Amino acid sequence: MASEILRLEKVCKAYNVGLPAETEVLHGIDLELDHGEFLALMGPSGSGKSTLLNIVGLLDRPTSGRLVIKGQDTAAMGDGEITHLRGHTIGFVFQYHLLISAFTARENVMMPMLVDRGFPSAEIEARANRLLAQVGLEKFAGNLANNMSGGQQQRVAVARALAMNPDLVLADEPTGNLDSKSADAVFELMRQVNRDSGTSFLLVTHNMELARRCDRIIEVVDGRIQA
Amino acid sequence: MNRWLPFEWITAVRFLREGRLQTIFIIGGISIGVAVIVFMSAMLAGLQANFVKRVLTSQPQIQLLAPDQVARPLRNAKGEIEDPIVQRPSQRVISIDQWPKIRSQMQAMPEVVTVSPTILGSVLVVRGDASRSVTLSGVEPDSYFRIVKVPDYIVAGEARLTSEDIIIGIELAKDLGATVGDKLNVRAASGATRVLTISGLVDLGNKGVNQRASYAALRTAQSLLGMIGGVTTIDMTVTDIYAAEDIAQRIQAANAVEADSWIKTNAQFFTAVKAQQTTNTLIRLFVGLSVAFGIAAVLIVSVIQRSKDIGILRAMGTSRGQILRVFLVQGGLLGFIGSLFGAAMGAFALVYWHAVARQADGTELFPLILERSLFLYTALLATITGLLAAMAPAVRAAKLDPVVAIRG
Ligand SMILES: Nc1ncnc2c1ncn2[C@@H]1O[C@H](COP(=O)(O)OP(=O)(O)OP(=O)(O)O)[C@@H](O)[C@H]1O
Ligand SMILES: [Mg+2]
Repeated sequence: MASEILRLEKVCKAYNVGLPAETEVLHGIDLELDHGEFLALMGPSGSGKSTLLNIVGLLDRPTSGRLVIKGQDTAAMGDGEITHLRGHTIGFVFQYHLLISAFTARENVMMPMLVDRGFPSAEIEARANRLLAQVGLEKFAGNLANNMSGGQQQRVAVARALAMNPDLVLADEPTGNLDSKSADAVFELMRQVNRDSGTSFLLVTHNMELARRCDRIIEVVDGRIQA
Repeated sequence: MNRWLPFEWITAVRFLREGRLQTIFIIGGISIGVAVIVFMSAMLAGLQANFVKRVLTSQPQIQLLAPDQVARPLRNAKGEIEDPIVQRPSQRVISIDQWPKIRSQMQAMPEVVTVSPTILGSVLVVRGDASRSVTLSGVEPDSYFRIVKVPDYIVAGEARLTSEDIIIGIELAKDLGATVGDKLNVRAASGATRVLTISGLVDLGNKGVNQRASYAALRTAQSLLGMIGGVTTIDMTVTDIYAAEDIAQRIQAANAVEADSWIKTNAQFFTAVKAQQTTNTLIRLFVGLSVAFGIAAVLIVSVIQRSKDIGILRAMGTSRGQILRVFLVQGGLLGFIGSLFGAAMGAFALVYWHAVARQADGTELFPLILERSLFLYTALLATITGLLAAMAPAVRAAKLDPVVAIRG
């Protein structure tokens, strides 16, 4: 088996296909990500970073090109298979709308496991507690999502992204809304997880200082990867 | 989190709880709708039951009569010409042919409960200067009182009918200035006369009837009316009151008698009930529809409000089917919870209205019938309505593109 977790070959993405407003946003992206690699994705606003991340995260499909995750070509997969693969191999951390407000911190972390198993269990709850302890928030486990600071919410979101023990975590500007101290804490947390458990990370950020602390930096400009 | 609830239920309940005011208002709306249906249905059933009870304890369920007497014109034989107009002959009071045989046949039918031969005729009752023309029913008290509950309607004296007794309506007693123990001169059209003693007064609940009703023993009435051994009607009760018309038709087809069921003689009442039921069904339908639209509207708004939550759930591996069910469960729960409150409200309104609404004589307007089946049925219907109403919002939620939802 190849050591890469993710491989993109000539991935293109166009919006509004077939309409007068059709615009191609990604033009033939080639990208590989190794197991355990921590990759920073940079680039100006509107260059297509989020679009790329959505495709990698199986939330969206490329217009053309190949996307191979853990050796599986995703092009032929149906919606059910895609959803299953996403749930089991990929964790997300978003910039906004971090947590589901109807649930507590612990429940938010339990959610991916609950979705997968169907029923809650002591085991799921224990794992959520462990993950919350790992991000240093065991005291806030019972708090509703809205009763926490942005940095705390983002750390809960990282814990949630790790709930299913994914191979790859996709983080789209997770620190964009945080002050530099909280941003640093969230970043260090992800880096720690990456070192301890070998989870690969794909991090979109505008913060050069954080990007320099990653294994590799890739720059996207106008839908192309800059050398 | 409740260990026994699956993901869909947990999420549905949380979404509803977080939606607080929305949830409270829509449940209020559903409750009112359900309450209206429960109240209306139960009251209608009560009124109907009351009427049926009244009719069935004061009238036979099936009454057999001698067939109509028809004029049989001579057929055009040689030298005879048929009159184009055949006049209906005046109807003599005649006995049912071979009635003891018919009675035993009736008693042999499994659907028939009680059979009682009766003679009906007009007589004049005279007391001093006062005289009234009344209908005299000659009955066998043992069987007849099981069909028409005369003893239940006795207001003075007792339901005793020896050959010298007569029971009369209270209005008639008033008109004659007579009371229990007084003697009445009873005179038939033929001139035959008997002196009978008032043994009881009855109130059959209707002034006209109370002015004309009188009961005597079968033999007494037979001799007065000049029909020794004859009866004019055979009164019956049956096991299934709503099958009475069917049974009557079968009897009429098989015997030389006319059979009238209570359903036929009270046709007006049944027409009224039909009309009521149609109205009731329409009201139910429209209440149901407006409840459904209310639920759908609230859930559509909820789907839009929660599109980011839905996107996040989808990103963490929730399938379209799971999202669909989260919203279906919300619809079903709204319907079910609304029906519980609604049933309670409806029941409360019924109890209150039952206590307040009285007939002119102070008796209850309708019996309080709180059938469990009505509540179960309503709850089931409301839940199904909720599920159906949630269909469109749920499909919309399931189809939501997670990318669009998350970018929001
Ligand atoms: N659903 C869509 N329909 C049409 N155009 C879209 C859609 N989503 C994104 N775009 C366009 O695609 C381009 C890339 O958008 P994308 O969100 O990937 O940029 P980005 O690199 O993430 O920018 P930012 O740093 O501001 O987040 C933009 O020009 C955007 O307008
Ligand atoms: Mg972006």
